[in-house]
Amino acid sequence: MHYSIFSLLRNALSGNRLWTPAWRDPEPKAFYDTLIVGGGGHGLATAYYLAKEHGITDVAVLEKGYIGSGNVGRNTTIIRSNYLLPANTHFYEKSLQLWEGLEQDINYNAMISQRGVINLFHSDGQRDAFARRGNAMRLAGVDAELLDADGVRALVPGMNMNDARFPVQGGLLQRRGGTVRHDAVAWGYARAADRRGVDILQHTEVTGIRVEAGRVTGVETTRGFIGARRVGLAAAGNSGRVAAMAGLRLPIETHVLQAFVSEAIKPVIDTVVTFGAGHFYVSQSDKGGLVFGGDIDGYNSYAQRGSLPVVEEVMECAVALFPAFSRLRYLRQWGGVMDMCMDGSPIIDRTPVDGLFLNCGWCYGGFKATPASGWCFAHTIATGAPHALNADFRLDRFATGAVLDEKGAGAQANLH
Amino acid sequence: MNAPQRPAAGPASLSRPEAPTQRWRLKQGGLIDRGQALSFRFDGRRMTGHPGDTLASALLANGVHLVGRSFKYHRPRGILSAGPEEPNALVELRGGARREPNTRATQVELFEGLEARSQNRWPSLRFDLAAVNGLAAPLLAAGFYYKTFMWPAAFWEKLYEPFIRRAAGLGRAPGSADPDQYERSHLHCDVLVVGGGAAGLMAALAAGRAGARVVLLEEDCALGGRLLSESESVDDRPAAEWLNGMAAELASLPGVRVMLRTSAFGLLDGGVVAALERVSDHLPLPPPHLPRQRYWKIFARRVVLAAGAIERPVVFGGNDRPGVMLAGAVRSYLNRYAVLPGRRAVVFCGGDEGWRSVADLAASGARIEAVVDARPEVPQAQAQLAARLGVRLVAGGRVLGTQGRSRVASVRFADAQGREEDVGADLLAVSGGWNPSLHLSCHLGGRPRWDERIHAFVPGDLPPGMGVAGAAGGQFTTHAALAEGAREGVAAARDCGFPTNGPDIPRAEDAPRELVPLFHVPHGRGKAFVDYQHDVTDKDVALAHREGFRSVEHLKRYTTLGMATDQGKTANVTGLAVMANITGLGIPGTGTTTARPPWTPVSIGAIAGPHRGKRFRPARRTPLHDWEAAHGASFVEVGLWYRAQWYARPGEAGWRDSVDREALAVRAGAGVCDVSTLGKIEVTGPDAAALLDLAYANSISNLAVGRVRYGLMLREDGFVMDDGTVARLAPDRFFVTTTTVNAGKVMQHLEFCHQVLRPHLDVSLLSVTDAWAQVSIAGPNARKILEAALDPGTDLSNAALPHMACTEVSIGGVPTRLYRLSFSGELAYELGVPADYGEATMGLLMERGAPFGLTPYGTEALGVLRIEKGHPAGGELNGQTTARDLGLGKMVSQRKDCIGRRLAERPALIDPMRPVLVGLKPADGSAPIRAGSHLYAPGAETHTANGLGYVTSACFSPTLGHPIALAVLADGAARVGQRIRVLDPVRNGDVEAEVCSPVFVDPEGGRPRG
Amino acid sequence: MRITCPHCGPRGNDEFTVLGAADPVRPGPDAPLAGWVAYVHERENLRGSHRELWHHQAGCRAWLVVERDTWTHAVIAVRAAREAEQAP
Repeated sequence: MHYSIFSLLRNALSGNRLWTPAWRDPEPKAFYDTLIVGGGGHGLATAYYLAKEHGITDVAVLEKGYIGSGNVGRNTTIIRSNYLLPANTHFYEKSLQLWEGLEQDINYNAMISQRGVINLFHSDGQRDAFARRGNAMRLAGVDAELLDADGVRALVPGMNMNDARFPVQGGLLQRRGGTVRHDAVAWGYARAADRRGVDILQHTEVTGIRVEAGRVTGVETTRGFIGARRVGLAAAGNSGRVAAMAGLRLPIETHVLQAFVSEAIKPVIDTVVTFGAGHFYVSQSDKGGLVFGGDIDGYNSYAQRGSLPVVEEVMECAVALFPAFSRLRYLRQWGGVMDMCMDGSPIIDRTPVDGLFLNCGWCYGGFKATPASGWCFAHTIATGAPHALNADFRLDRFATGAVLDEKGAGAQANLH
Repeated sequence: MNAPQRPAAGPASLSRPEAPTQRWRLKQGGLIDRGQALSFRFDGRRMTGHPGDTLASALLANGVHLVGRSFKYHRPRGILSAGPEEPNALVELRGGARREPNTRATQVELFEGLEARSQNRWPSLRFDLAAVNGLAAPLLAAGFYYKTFMWPAAFWEKLYEPFIRRAAGLGRAPGSADPDQYERSHLHCDVLVVGGGAAGLMAALAAGRAGARVVLLEEDCALGGRLLSESESVDDRPAAEWLNGMAAELASLPGVRVMLRTSAFGLLDGGVVAALERVSDHLPLPPPHLPRQRYWKIFARRVVLAAGAIERPVVFGGNDRPGVMLAGAVRSYLNRYAVLPGRRAVVFCGGDEGWRSVADLAASGARIEAVVDARPEVPQAQAQLAARLGVRLVAGGRVLGTQGRSRVASVRFADAQGREEDVGADLLAVSGGWNPSLHLSCHLGGRPRWDERIHAFVPGDLPPGMGVAGAAGGQFTTHAALAEGAREGVAAARDCGFPTNGPDIPRAEDAPRELVPLFHVPHGRGKAFVDYQHDVTDKDVALAHREGFRSVEHLKRYTTLGMATDQGKTANVTGLAVMANITGLGIPGTGTTTARPPWTPVSIGAIAGPHRGKRFRPARRTPLHDWEAAHGASFVEVGLWYRAQWYARPGEAGWRDSVDREALAVRAGAGVCDVSTLGKIEVTGPDAAALLDLAYANSISNLAVGRVRYGLMLREDGFVMDDGTVARLAPDRFFVTTTTVNAGKVMQHLEFCHQVLRPHLDVSLLSVTDAWAQVSIAGPNARKILEAALDPGTDLSNAALPHMACTEVSIGGVPTRLYRLSFSGELAYELGVPADYGEATMGLLMERGAPFGLTPYGTEALGVLRIEKGHPAGGELNGQTTARDLGLGKMVSQRKDCIGRRLAERPALIDPMRPVLVGLKPADGSAPIRAGSHLYAPGAETHTANGLGYVTSACFSPTLGHPIALAVLADGAARVGQRIRVLDPVRNGDVEAEVCSPVFVDPEGGRPRG
Repeated sequence: MRITCPHCGPRGNDEFTVLGAADPVRPGPDAPLAGWVAYVHERENLRGSHRELWHHQAGCRAWLVVERDTWTHAVIAVRAAREAEQAP
């Protein structure tokens, strides 16, 4: 059913009894042109753009649990394109542009809120690094502003800027950055893909990838074998395990990242703020909860839970930056497992197996990438070759040395 | 000490007349201190209560039932519960910087002067304009916002979202910094008991008597759990008396520690339990030297979960109206707080539990208008009770709705035949059964199991080391709680090596708890709430099902069920039951509810503990810090260090004046700079050189004793990790320095190289950063100053101590190390004295150096000097540059294995077009060049693809009299002498520069050798 | 999480830093570049029992080989890296 003021009113007058399922629950067919493994944001977006941009609708999305149960349902909802390296800047800017038109495109309100994202700096060296990044953005046609301390103070009230262990000197602001209602992204793409004929198969876990003579022919699942001409893997968090089914070994470790939300309060902070003297960022949801994120726990983990040191670090940073938050309470915490890539940047590429495509390595930048990831992956699958936007996200860049290391942290997964 | 004292109702308590406001206070009973009145305010209205009251019980004693407004529809809400599960009675507690929004009135202990306000209403609690939302409810069904607010596209952020944001949220955050203190503590024990009710007390007693170290946590302010709220006897004594005995014995056991007002809020990997102790929340202000709250990390070998259970409400029309209360909470208010929550009551239940409230209400003088029991056949005992009390029994009945403006005035029910009837009432006590508080058993991924016997989830597979006792495991009688508590206490003690038979089990009630499933009364009158706080109704659950959001997680996320501050303690299981009714798959077939930490919302400040404000991170100060401060230094944060940035002198207009003066002083005479923050590592042992050969890109083993070498360290992926110096003090002894920022990382890396890659090497590593006060004395007069300062007999001639040599000397009789090396490009030395002698040495140097113009300089001048000299530092060592990029490619020895050598050979890293280090100076001789600017060929289009590099460091060179910069530039060597465009759009910079050598001063390098 | 350091006993994971998988073996200096690329970057990334390198940074400074389940977070075995079998 198309969502409009008309459909809403008609339902309101009939006890909301006319609404139909947002997506079908079909039986798997024996064969699809294209299978997407992973019913998270990226997989669902890929299916949608395959149908919309390339007319490929004989597509099924295979999800081992319920759709959106991975990181699209377990993140801190932030979108931005404030990257340094050209490959990343252009890709994430494409993503931000797709976010900007998404709601009308998929007829689903994901509550995209471009309230601004600010990264604080606390030293001259940090300022210069952010200036370099801001300049890279501006030269790529992306909005960026370097604020001094007064500019930051005007934008974000209530922050402890001076009487601090690491006083705030300024910040790099991207006004077009912001937040999105994360679950709605999965549901919106699922519904839009479904309406174009894509089969969404929940509770269908892939247990094997069938390769014959160097070419993929389908996947084994908990609901039987499903044949396909092409298979795209979009199983971030579990990419290594899925790729291993096709004999691939990836430059990826799976790590857990925690996030926290406070009790709902009246609006106190209208910008996404990233601390520069600790691992911490915060925004306030439309419901009023403060959403906090921090660093990964640092050890390999497939369990969607973390440990106390990160909780403590995040809360210390919260109070350091916003001393009035001390008396607020956090009420929920969760962990998401993610592909930490050896250079901190993603991989969207073909693989050595014909017809098998790979989308992985998102570290904790995956949520904001969802639209462009789906868009580029769909292009790569449909045409058999990467789009210019993902041409640098190659699997073999570690062998060539053309790595994309935004932070200069080196080949250690947990440092990115 | 810990157990409640039931104050004797006697002349003492009569001598002080009850405050006239407490009209609903029972004349006797309760665990309150009637001898003392506490005055408090709610929404400005002054009332009184007694010690032992919660804010909720005190409000009820004063007849206040309307205490808040709901999240979405702004419906009037009252007090549903008497504990941590409360979804409705949330208030703003205290004021000003101590304001605490969303505080559960049911857990706030009353104190003198308490101030609380209702939330989420405007202009007032009684008259809330936003209650019109209720009229638009059909439009505001679950997920409505996903379907609307999309037209026109620009309106979402400008109009709709700001409105929604203002309407949402509950209380207000305090406006200023929290004035209170918080602490963090660790606790180790054998047996941790979570919950101080009947089960927990017996577990603690059993383990404590056996000799185990026991910690018992109780969230409430008193031990006893449900026994505080029930009119029961234990061991043929009133429960309160038995509790006193238990508390006394536990207090007498040396290994037992009882912690009240302490919530175990998380079970973490490794069996760590996180707990929050509310040390001072029950007081007007924290006492001197005490924190407001204390965050505990408890390391227990065994955990006994005895956290009790939470009663669940029933979903029926108008089930949210103030005056609808959980039946168990009714008993709490009657028995524990001596408050009558209503004079005319209806009880609605699915089993025997509700009848306990019938008895207690009747005993308290309330009139019971009807008991609506969902069971078609009510057991004889209850039927007899009804008959004895003259209470109307509606077997097989259902409550369909409630009426009343801001409190229940009448209740509509249907009997087994479906005949409907209204009965006047001001209290509706509801019992739909109890859900075990199994949360902690789920925190490590354990899945609960559905128990048909009690129609609730019970703990499934338990985490390692955990046992469950009493209601937390679904055993609801007091006898079972006592017996299971003893059993689990014995088992836990035994596991820890304390064999015991356990205590005798006291006699206690063991009545059956029959229950029929009673979750939902469909087709009632008015909105029927599943999740009170988030205003999720049964229709929302049905809509979620209709639209395909059928898995539990989809249901939660689509409707927001269970996501409010109560985390669905009264809603999750019921929501699942409503969904199961629709799917027809039964509850276990429809899904499972599980729990993540925290069990109850936890103050952010408590977790942050003392690490706030300036104490957010430790401060490292060098041995010369006080000297520097006394001599006018401004300090800058560098990692955890505070370093002297410059030394302002009177008459200097700004920092640039100071820095220029300091830098010029070094070039013209001499300066002294504190470099104690550099990482310093002693590497000793016969294989020390072999280890350093592996770790450094250049060779170290061929370094002669008494010589110093610049050392370049790569990461294994071929990029530069750090640089520093290596001094060979003896054949088997090296002194290594690192950059300030990378000191810890390099130490760790060397330990990795040794212990993991070369464990057979005989070498030891010792961090000595804090052991030495180290200063650099740089400038043409450096040698003269040292000759004047060092103890006589030191030969500083080029022959005796050439550039890049080191030796031991003494200054003021103190053995001192002297390294002749230069960062500034001048004749320079670094002098290392034991840290305690740093300040004295500095004084001596300044005194002897004064005639030679010795000037202290800070990190800014240090930076200027090194940029003038083209030495790479922070801006260049950014983790993205290779040795080749920095012009240091020749340092990477090809004759040995070293970290990073092979991957530095990857094709993209030896691409001749990679940007390499160059110098820049403004083409017009004056325009500033800023670090972070990007480089373009003049005339080229300024899009990303044409970028040629970026500025890594920049400063004003006082020596040259114009700005200079270091940059990495594609094909940089070939561009020397050419113009380059320096773009800095974020600071509106666009200037031209001339590419030059990165060495601006003394390019021949003669000065340091002078 | 608790790691039982062979020198210091059970300690909270806040005392440690983690490097990553312990199994990749550093190739010889003249091994083919592909072997080096794999050593530095490619990971088995197992779900289940996983050997990894932890550093007792705020303790005895020992590098440890920790065998740990990445699915349950159970710590199976801890040894000092110097004594681990991978040492040449």
